[in-house]
Amino acid sequence: MTKLIGQRAAASLLSLIVLMVLVFFLSRLTGDPAVLFLPIDATEEMKDQFRALHGLDLPLIQQFGNYVLDLLHFEFGDSLRKARPAIDIVLEAYAWTLPLALYTMTLVVIAAIVLGSLAAFKVGGFFDRLVSIVSLVGASAPDFWVAIVAIMVFSLGLGWLPTSGVGSVEHWILPMAVLFIRPFGLIVQVVRSSMLSALSSAYVKTARAKGVKNLRLIFVHTLRNGMLPVITVIGDQAAAMLNGAVIVETIFGFPGVGKLMIDSILQRDFNVVLAAILVTAVAIFLMNILIDIAYGLLDPRIRQ
Amino acid sequence: MSQLPSATPPQSSERSSPAILLSMLWRDKLAFVSAIILLIIFVCALVGPALLGDLATDQNLRGRNSPPFDLSRGWAFILGGDALGRPMLARLIVAARSTMMVAAGAVIASLVVGAAFGLVAGYLGKNVSQLIMRLADVIMSFPSLLIAVVVLYVLGPSIPNMILVLAITRIPIYLRTTRAEVLEVRERMFVQAAIVMGASHWRIIVRHILPQVAPTLITIATLDFAFVMLAESSLSFLGIGIQPPDITWGLMVSQGRPYLGNAWWLAFWPGLCIVVTTLALNLLSNWMRVALDPAQRWRLEARSTTDE
Repeated sequence: MTKLIGQRAAASLLSLIVLMVLVFFLSRLTGDPAVLFLPIDATEEMKDQFRALHGLDLPLIQQFGNYVLDLLHFEFGDSLRKARPAIDIVLEAYAWTLPLALYTMTLVVIAAIVLGSLAAFKVGGFFDRLVSIVSLVGASAPDFWVAIVAIMVFSLGLGWLPTSGVGSVEHWILPMAVLFIRPFGLIVQVVRSSMLSALSSAYVKTARAKGVKNLRLIFVHTLRNGMLPVITVIGDQAAAMLNGAVIVETIFGFPGVGKLMIDSILQRDFNVVLAAILVTAVAIFLMNILIDIAYGLLDPRIRQ
Repeated sequence: MSQLPSATPPQSSERSSPAILLSMLWRDKLAFVSAIILLIIFVCALVGPALLGDLATDQNLRGRNSPPFDLSRGWAFILGGDALGRPMLARLIVAARSTMMVAAGAVIASLVVGAAFGLVAGYLGKNVSQLIMRLADVIMSFPSLLIAVVVLYVLGPSIPNMILVLAITRIPIYLRTTRAEVLEVRERMFVQAAIVMGASHWRIIVRHILPQVAPTLITIATLDFAFVMLAESSLSFLGIGIQPPDITWGLMVSQGRPYLGNAWWLAFWPGLCIVVTTLALNLLSNWMRVALDPAQRWRLEARSTTDE
């Protein structure tokens, strides 16, 4: 297990470094923050002062060297936009994204496992077809469009839910519902096909011959074996959510890390972008380890 | 199903002739409808801008946000008018071209590059393979939307840049699949026989291995087309993708967003176009997975003979 985690860490670190270097240099090509942040009639001296203050006047290589040195002391620099430590801003955004991802993913997993198993139990039946159609449509709909239509119907039309922002429980319903659709569509299909193959295996037939009741047969005997491929997909989808649901967060004005990242890129707030990437990478890395542990719990053969 | 002739693949002589494929497609109604829809969209993308280009850019401030299903302004306004009084239907048809162009460009580029590297990685020895695979891993682990945003922001949003960005993020999919298949096919008897008979590497790859791998790749490409289209729409929606005066469906949704309260049709129709197209692609790819696989195709063929 420790060896596996070590390998994972090495691979993640490699791609993290490539990503950070790429974003560091690319983002500095997008333009000069001094032009963007200072008033339009700012003099050249003021701009030079601004650049010197934030270390933007140095050659790129030197800027990068300084950044790496600071990083080794866990200094992420300040946000240009808010004049506060970038890492604080990122962690605050994570305090919104994390519960959003966690709640949504929990609902997705429960719904997908229950509905997918039931669909696999009666292949070709009405319920099976219904689940197939719903999941296919769910996987085909662009989330920004679903979000807009949902706002149109539930906020503007019926007036049941707020259009955007945070503050009350109602504000969470639409973002969660929109985020729910695609992962649900994908995971329910995997659950269905993997349960199908598990249900046709010999030990299930034995259990059936012994007279085990249907529900017990599905959820006690078969599910544990059928879950292994499902866990992988759940991991992928959860990772995508930890990246921040850029679109959904933007549309619903949800102050999570996805919205923060896109805003910071557009406003050339380099330190925040880099800090956000780093924190996200760590979060995804930790989640992958959780997934590996889940594998071990489900399948003793992997545990060794 | 009890009427099936037998569970063994019948030995049909001309397996991959287009006529057989077509009749198989006709049997599966969902896949058939999907193919028709995609064909219509393809034709729209091809000839739409030439026929309706003027109509789609013709502003008519009296027809601002005119409601759908009202024929008093002519058939072009059946889906309503947009914020500048341009007919939605014409704009949707014209937008099909950029939407399809970006998606097709990205899919073809990533398919060709990914398959080429995959063939090389699978066919040649370990060292080359390791290098290529690690590169693919690095690309895979990037948050692709973020990379797209940064690159487009640097290079400037245009159709070629969109294609480039989307293609890069999709290459690993084809690369991995091709390599995995090649590793397996390479060990088969007919490839070994070709090697023994002294065929060149090029000939073995192109004549013996590629035809085995191609059906899988085409199936994945169909599915991926839908994915790339959604990605392009998302980027255009965020304002970093296609820029006006070019239009894609994703951009149209974004342009209709400010009018949600009083003109729902501005954002609704283009989104519906995206949903219908992706759905059709998904369904068709499901069908192709079986139809293009020689080991499974007899299921569809058997069904077509019992139907008659």
